Parts: sequence; C-alpha cells; structure tokens
Amino acid sequence: MALVLTEEQQLLRDTATQFFQERVPVANLRKLRDTKDADGFDRAVWKEMADLGFAGIMISEKYGGTDFGPVGLGLVLEQSGRTLAASPLVSTVLLCGSAVQLAGNATQRQEILPAIAAGERIMALALEEGPHHNPTRIATRATADGQAFRISGRKTFVLDGHVAGQLIVAARTGGNDNDRTGITLFLVDPKAEGVKITRTLMVDNRNAADIAFDNVAVPSTAVLGSIDGGIDVLEQVLDIARIGLSAEMLGLVQEVFDTTLAYLKERKQFGKVIGSFQALQHRMAVLFAEIELSRSVVLDALSAIEARRNDVPLVASLAKARLSDIATLMTNEGLQMHGGMGMTDQFDVGLFMKRARVAAASFGDGNFHRDRYASLEGY
Amino acid sequence: MDALEKFRQETRTWLEANCPPSMRTPMTSEDETVWGGRNAKYENPEAKLWLDRMAERGWTAPTWPAAYGGGGLSKDENQILQQELRRIKARPALSSFGIWMLGPALLEFANEEQKKEHLPKIVRGEIRWCQGYSEPGAGSDLAGLQTKCEDKGDHYLVNGQKIWTSYADKADWIFCLVRTDPTKKHDGISFLLFDMATPGVEARPISMISGASPFCETFFTDVKVPKGNLVGELNKGWTIAKRLLQHEREMISGMGLGGAGSGAGLGGLEQAAKDYYGEQNGRVASPSLRDHITRQKMDGKAFALTMQRSAEEAKAGQGPGAASSIFKYYGTELNKRRFELLLEIMGTKGLGWEGEGFTGDEITVTRSWLRSKGNSIEGGTSEVQLNVVSKRVLGLPD
Repeated sequence: MALVLTEEQQLLRDTATQFFQERVPVANLRKLRDTKDADGFDRAVWKEMADLGFAGIMISEKYGGTDFGPVGLGLVLEQSGRTLAASPLVSTVLLCGSAVQLAGNATQRQEILPAIAAGERIMALALEEGPHHNPTRIATRATADGQAFRISGRKTFVLDGHVAGQLIVAARTGGNDNDRTGITLFLVDPKAEGVKITRTLMVDNRNAADIAFDNVAVPSTAVLGSIDGGIDVLEQVLDIARIGLSAEMLGLVQEVFDTTLAYLKERKQFGKVIGSFQALQHRMAVLFAEIELSRSVVLDALSAIEARRNDVPLVASLAKARLSDIATLMTNEGLQMHGGMGMTDQFDVGLFMKRARVAAASFGDGNFHRDRYASLEGY
Repeated sequence: MDALEKFRQETRTWLEANCPPSMRTPMTSEDETVWGGRNAKYENPEAKLWLDRMAERGWTAPTWPAAYGGGGLSKDENQILQQELRRIKARPALSSFGIWMLGPALLEFANEEQKKEHLPKIVRGEIRWCQGYSEPGAGSDLAGLQTKCEDKGDHYLVNGQKIWTSYADKADWIFCLVRTDPTKKHDGISFLLFDMATPGVEARPISMISGASPFCETFFTDVKVPKGNLVGELNKGWTIAKRLLQHEREMISGMGLGGAGSGAGLGGLEQAAKDYYGEQNGRVASPSLRDHITRQKMDGKAFALTMQRSAEEAKAGQGPGAASSIFKYYGTELNKRRFELLLEIMGTKGLGWEGEGFTGDEITVTRSWLRSKGNSIEGGTSEVQLNVVSKRVLGLPD
C-alpha cells in the first residue's frame, strides 16, 4: 500500500518530528540570521542529524548509510519544513548523494558516500546559469586538455555552494548551449585554482552562491558518470530533489495552516473570534482540501522513487508544481489572516512565506513543471 | 490456490458464460441505463437477461447479506467481482437509488420485516425507488422541511410537496422525510416509505437547463400510508437522513474522476484540444489552453490519488480520515471545471443544441456541461460542504 505509512515509517516520522521541534525550532533560523552566521546552518545540528541516520537515509548500508529509502527521507524533509530547519539535506543528500549513487564509479562511491552518511562532507551541485531553472541551458564549458579538463563558466543559485567541501559541476563537453547531449558532470574541489565562490544571501536566509570557474583544471578521474551523458543522471537526481522539496513544502504548508487555524480560534474582533466568520472559514476549508490533495501527490511521488516506477518524472512534476503553488497560496493566505501581525518580523508566517518562494523557485516552479508535464504527456 | 484466487477464477468463468455480448459494449446513450421497476421497458432483451442473471446471484448488491437477496460477498470478493466486471467491460446490470442509497440505510435502521419486504425487490430490480428530501422551502436547510405526516390511528396521513425528486415520475416507491413533530426541528423528522401509486401522489417533471427533465415536483394530498412503513423510531428520521446523505455524497464525488459525458468520446482533453484548436510541433497550439489543460489534469490526478489514499487508510483500519470530507466539494467543482474547459476547447462546436452541424458526442458534452452545474448544488451545496469541513473537521466556531 503505497499511500499509507508502515509502522516503521511512522516511527521514523515521530523521531523526526521530535528532533526538529526540540532541536531545530524556527528560533534556530532566526539566530542564524540575526548573528549573520558565516555557515548559514548549524554544524552541530547537522552532525546530530547524521547520527540519527538522516544524512545516510538514501545511502546503502554498504556505504555506511541507513538505506531507509525515499519515503523515509520525505518524512524527515516534511518535518524539517515545519520548523524551517536549515540543513544541507537538499544539496548534499538529495542532489549530490543521489548523483554519486547513480553515476559514481566504485572509487568515487567509496570515497564520498560514507563521508556524506557520517555528516562529514557537504556537497553542492553547480547547475543553474540563469534566473529560471533550466537543466539544459548550460554554457559553462569543459575543454579536454590532454588527460584532464579545463572548466570555464559561471554558475548561480548553487545551494550550499559557499560551505561545500566538494562540488559537482555540470559543464558542456559538447553540443550547443541548450542541447540535451554534451553535458558532463565533474567532481570539483572548491579550493582549486580559478574557482571563485561568492555567497548570495537569499530571502529565506538559506545558503546559495554564485560560482565562477576560470580555466579550472580537473583530472579525468573527476568525471562523474559518462562524458556527454550527464543529462540522464541530472534528470533523475533533479526529480529526487523536486520530490524531496515538495515533501519539505508539504510540512511548511501544514505548519502555516495549523498556526493560522489556531490564530483564527484565538484572535477576537467585533466581540467574537474571527474564525467564526464564514469568509475566513470557507477559505480555510478550501485550503484544507488543497493540502489533503498535496499530501497524496507527495506520498505517491516518494513511493514512485522507492518502487522505481517509470512515471517518476511525471509525478515529480505533478508534486513540484502543486506544492510550489500551494506553498505560495497558503503562506499568502496565512499572512493575510494574521492581519497586521502577519506583516511583523516577530510572527513566523513571513519567514515561511520567504522560504516558500525560494523552495518554489528551486528546480522548477509551477510554470516549469506544468510545461514539462504536458510535454511528457505528449501534448 | 487461495480462496480469493479461486473466487476470481469462478467469477471469471461465470461472467464469460453469463454476460451477454451486447452487455459488453459501451452504452451509446443514457436511455440504455437499466433502472428496473414495474414499468421498465427493455428495448434490448439481453439487458433484462443480464439483470436477471446478476440478480439471481445477488450480484446487483454484492455485499448485502444473502438472507435479503444480496451476494453476501466480503469486501475483497466484491473488489474482485468489480475488477472482473471491468475486465470484460460489462455494463452495470442495474442502476438503482435502492442499491446506492436506501438499501444501506435499511440494513442499518429498518426492522426485520421491512428488510425482508424491500431489500430482495431492490436486488432484483423489481421496485424502483426515488428520494423525497428537498422541498421548495427546504434546500440547503433541509431540516426545515414541512411535509406534514399525521398519526390517524391506524395509518399516517401525508400532505405537502417535495422538489428535485429524481425520476419521481418513473419510480414505484419513495423514501421520504416527513415532519411528525412541528414543535421541533431536527427531532421532529421521520423516515417514511410509501408506494407512489397511492392515491394523492402526483409527480410533475421539471424542465432543466440541459433540456432534460430528470427531476420532479412531487405533491402529496391526503396520502394514506400504513404505519408499518415508518423506518426507525418516530421523530428519529434525521439520523437516517444524514447517513443516507453520506451515501449520496460519496456517489456524487466520483464524478470528479470523470465519467459519462466527460469528453471521453472526444479522446480526452488534450486530444480534443489538438483536434479543435490545432497543434504545433506536437503541442496544443495555444500555450494558455495547454496550461489550463495541465492544471485540470494535475488536479484530477491529485484528487484520484486522494480518494485512493482514503480507501487505503480505511482498509488499514485508520478510519475514513478527514480527507473524505472534501470529496463532494472537490469532485463536483473539478467536474464543473472540466466541462468549462471542454467548452473552451471545442469553441462553437461545443455550443450546439441539437440537429445538424454537430456530432452526437459534441451535443452530449454540451448537455453534460449544463447538467454538471447541478453537481455542486445537489446532495449538499459546495457552500454547505465547506461549512461542514469548517465546523466538524477544523473545529471553527459558529
């Protein structure tokens, strides 16, 4: 039964719920922001997450992981979304860990996966080159230079790019700027000569970076997967990230819904609680319906990865489009229903709205994924 | 081979032998629906044969107890039966408000005598039932109904008017909400069964915007009803009414998944868009229309997954879950949106009324578009559904 959690999964969800509520409440994000923390996330917390097995959740036991699977990871991400917990889960586990599992050779897997599972290595995927997600729009070039390659180009919106100990860079070894073929993935040391990393402070207080590559030398052993065939790996990895982010947004949406509902039962105007007004009741009932549908598509998408179904791209776009749009809707409605207090920094709803926008824009928003869904369906 | 697999094999063999060939073809019009009843006419004798064969096994009501003529199947067996019926594309042997709505309520609330009297006739399609709920002054506020039922010693006397009584002009019996205590609201309602042939009962069809007349105004003037026709206790009919509404809402929710007249004849939304609007490089030529189609398909898929999740949760013993409260609202709104979109796709070809210049499928879509408007009104309006979610699920106060 794909849409109902097993007992083991319920247990994991409970562990994750308790962990994020107690150890990584929203106050943590505020502290990181207010102290202008150089990392932008709490390394001690990340270590604890690794000890709980969260970092190695997609990694097989052979490489030190817990191999709990995508549904398990989704449950952890959902709970992390409820407290806006900043962590390298997306960059390191969803994106780079998956890429190494899928495309890495034995040496690369052995060198990288145990380090990720132990929480000792943070990685980042340098992919985007423009303001909109587009995995084939790659102008960054990797030119063969004897047995090595030289990479030149500029990447933007690299999640956790300024704290990563290792980068995966999507660069062109062939084809033109928008071709599907000719893209190759490289493992790159961020300290290599010619790499310039600039942290970009995003509205959600999470980490991203612009990275410039100026004739950066990488050995041929740094190629991840096949030369010119990177798009196949990228698309699988991106679908995992899209579904994972959808799970995070599900938690975010549920949290804003719950806190808004509580506020409506407490805030009084005209001598009664504002939750007694039908204008607000019906909007909340409609949002409730949308969230129920959202939960179904996220669970289905997670189990699609787990069961290695062949409709993963389709359900990934369904989940990412729906959750991106609902996260935007719910946070806007939540803010409005909090009235003037929703506009203050003191209330959390604004923080959720900011995170919703960044998560929505990551790896394709509703527009991107509806277009992709239609193309996949052949119309 | 386990018991269920054995059941599947036997069912398959029986269906192969007993489902007539013409009952394995899609219906070409709604007129072919088999509703049963005293006045049923069977243009196709195989439809009657199919009904009788299925009824004999109790498979028109597969999960009802065999003692009342039902199939006595477990949920798992019924699931297999439905799968096997779909496999051979069998038409429903019987469509019936008696099976969908009244029967489950009788099983729960009626006395033994009533069950023995009515259930077997429902199973066999001998009696066609209609539902007397709404009144001119009691729509969304259903409990405000005024149809008067007086105790005259050896019988009840019913006076009043119902409205939106589906197929009252074709039905044999009615299950009816009546007021037995005018001093109370919810606690003054009773649940009564009576024969539509009783003197004083008159049904007048109402012309609807779709051009069809499935609904009636039904008038009761000094209608004498035997006292044994009261179901449950006097003045406790509201409990039965609510349970029955649940069955009705579940039935209507299924529309969100797309059914008759939902454009299937046009090959689905995207094929229709390519045909009526044109395509460029394999894409629907209008990017805006293409996006609308995708939104519709995505929401439809999300809704179907949610109904599936709810069923899985129920099966896993987690109860019906809060999600089920939104099905009537979401399913009907989705269905209305689908027809609006189909009309946009078809342009003026979706605006024909009858006659030359339009295919049968086109006219069906146009008429179904008009019919679909009632989905979010009948069986509890969308607004009433949202009130229910607000109060019962979200706990928001009055």
